[in-house]
Amino acid sequence: MTGWLSVRNIVIVALLAALVLLPVYVELGGNRFLLTLFTRIVILALAAGSLNLILGYGGMMSFGHAAYIGIGGYAVGILAHEGIFSGFVQWPVALAASALFAAVIGALSLRTRGVYFIMITLAFAQMAYYIIAGLARYGGDDGLTIYKRSQFVAPIDLSNKVQFYYVCLALLYGSIYLIWRLVNSRFGLVIQGVRSNDVRMRAIGFPTYRYKLACFVIAGTLCGLAGALLANHTDFVSPGIMYWTRSGDLIIMVVLGGMASPFGPLFGAVALLLFEEMLPFVIKLVGTPFFGEAAARASEYWQIIMGPLLLLVVLFARRGIDGLLAKVGAKVRAKVRT
Amino acid sequence: MTLIIEQCLNGLQFGLLLFLLAAGLTLVFGIMDLVNLAHGSLYMIGAYFAATFAAWTGSFVLGAMLALVATLMVGMAVEVIAMRRLYGRDHLDHVLATFGLILFFDESVRLIWGPEGMSLPLPSWLNRSVQILPGINYSAYRLAIIVVTLVVAVLLYVLVMRTRMGMLIRAGASNREMVGALGVNIKLLYTLVFGLGAALAGLAGLMQAPILTVQIGMGENILILAFVITVIGGIGSIRGALVAAIFVGFVDTLGRAFFPDLLRMVLSKDAASTAAPALSSMLIYLLMAIVLVVKPEGLFSAGQK
Repeated sequence: MTGWLSVRNIVIVALLAALVLLPVYVELGGNRFLLTLFTRIVILALAAGSLNLILGYGGMMSFGHAAYIGIGGYAVGILAHEGIFSGFVQWPVALAASALFAAVIGALSLRTRGVYFIMITLAFAQMAYYIIAGLARYGGDDGLTIYKRSQFVAPIDLSNKVQFYYVCLALLYGSIYLIWRLVNSRFGLVIQGVRSNDVRMRAIGFPTYRYKLACFVIAGTLCGLAGALLANHTDFVSPGIMYWTRSGDLIIMVVLGGMASPFGPLFGAVALLLFEEMLPFVIKLVGTPFFGEAAARASEYWQIIMGPLLLLVVLFARRGIDGLLAKVGAKVRAKVRT
Repeated sequence: MTLIIEQCLNGLQFGLLLFLLAAGLTLVFGIMDLVNLAHGSLYMIGAYFAATFAAWTGSFVLGAMLALVATLMVGMAVEVIAMRRLYGRDHLDHVLATFGLILFFDESVRLIWGPEGMSLPLPSWLNRSVQILPGINYSAYRLAIIVVTLVVAVLLYVLVMRTRMGMLIRAGASNREMVGALGVNIKLLYTLVFGLGAALAGLAGLMQAPILTVQIGMGENILILAFVITVIGGIGSIRGALVAAIFVGFVDTLGRAFFPDLLRMVLSKDAASTAAPALSSMLIYLLMAIVLVVKPEGLFSAGQK
């Protein structure tokens, strides 16, 4: 057996291919809702991937990552509200605004570490949330409807759902490649070195603060792109997209998928969102023969199961789906050999 | 002038209330090295219990006492079932696990009490204003909150610094294994401390309940403020939490009350009224940023990390 043919790689290739082929399936008569759902999954996988860069590889436990989704989204929303629809303006502004916010927040938060860092990134993200919720001109708490998606040159039309899906997917695959190249570069190795021992990295002469800040800004910018995509996807932005529980969801995706693994966040996003969509149905389906009406009612409260499940993942499956696949792969290999 | 004094008292009252939350948070963190995001859920549960028990017994005080005991029980149960397994693990694990607990608590409350929210009416002897200075009246209930929290703060200080249990708690904070080896039931001690933190959060929740409505998610916004306070005060320091809480309470309350007027003097009326709500909610975060620049470890860092 060659090293390439592992269970993990087979699953990865299958998933990547399935995502590419999904619109074909939908066109052939599958459920149209699937396309909407998977566009969302792809966008959030992009956001989770950017978080993985700082959380998984860099060991920086940011609890404010949803702020960039909001900033990227609102950059698109506000420009559209003011009558600027060109994607060539909107998207660079979204990226620049996220980068700027990440630079300011990062410069302050990275002075601290550990729990302080968690709490500070959380607090700053909430600050951004309150500021945006206070912008009465742009809808405040109620949010802002976007009447026209970002405009690009002729063949690209984002209001075509299939095209938009492929744009998101291309950006996701591009970002996975980018992050993979980045973490294996000299820069990425320094970042990973900082994760295992900051003091030592400084002792051998790396200005770790600058490296971490650069990494933090790159992650924030990438997540801002996800925000711009999400705003185009829902044709609507509201402060809700940057509420702190959203940051929590992103962390769950990264950990559930497997930290510091290139495809982990994608696994995590697919698993979490599919799970969220399916759990109510599963409860209804399994429960109805036994509990009748009660099961239908219980399916509305699926988060009651989600919470403890999360606890169990933390306690028993710390390496996430990626780690699980590696484990299964090792078992299969051992069996093949004997 | 009347308004300024009234707003100052409001600031003090809010600050002291925040102290109850932040004290529990910082106590649990300082002693068990545990980040507890679900602290806000305990605050929420305290409020729901109080509203239920008060309606049930017909007495505000009795309802509050029962709610306090019930929150303490819930806190200890959470420690025994979930938290106990998290000691000594990565902080990221704490964040995720307690985030899961928030989901669980929010949904449980929705299941038990419904999504509408509740209100906790005040008894007539608290629902009036008293004269505190000649010509200045102030809500009796808010005054009661100030008194109760101050008493609790003093009791907490005495408990931690002057009693045998407090000594064991502090010893457990610096070396868990050693205290256990000396024959102290450290597991029970931790359960009690976590329960104490929960009860403090519940107390804050039930006292806030008559002022705001009791609703799902009420603990989340205030939890962030409690985080800001622990960061400013220095994690693990109760004294720092007290100072920072009062400071934040003042800045937040006075900022919301007077900042829009100040802004109107500088900017045009229109610009001021759009910018004011956003800017006044930023004030405490700016404060936190300044503290971080000057002292990244917080004002009264306990010095152990």
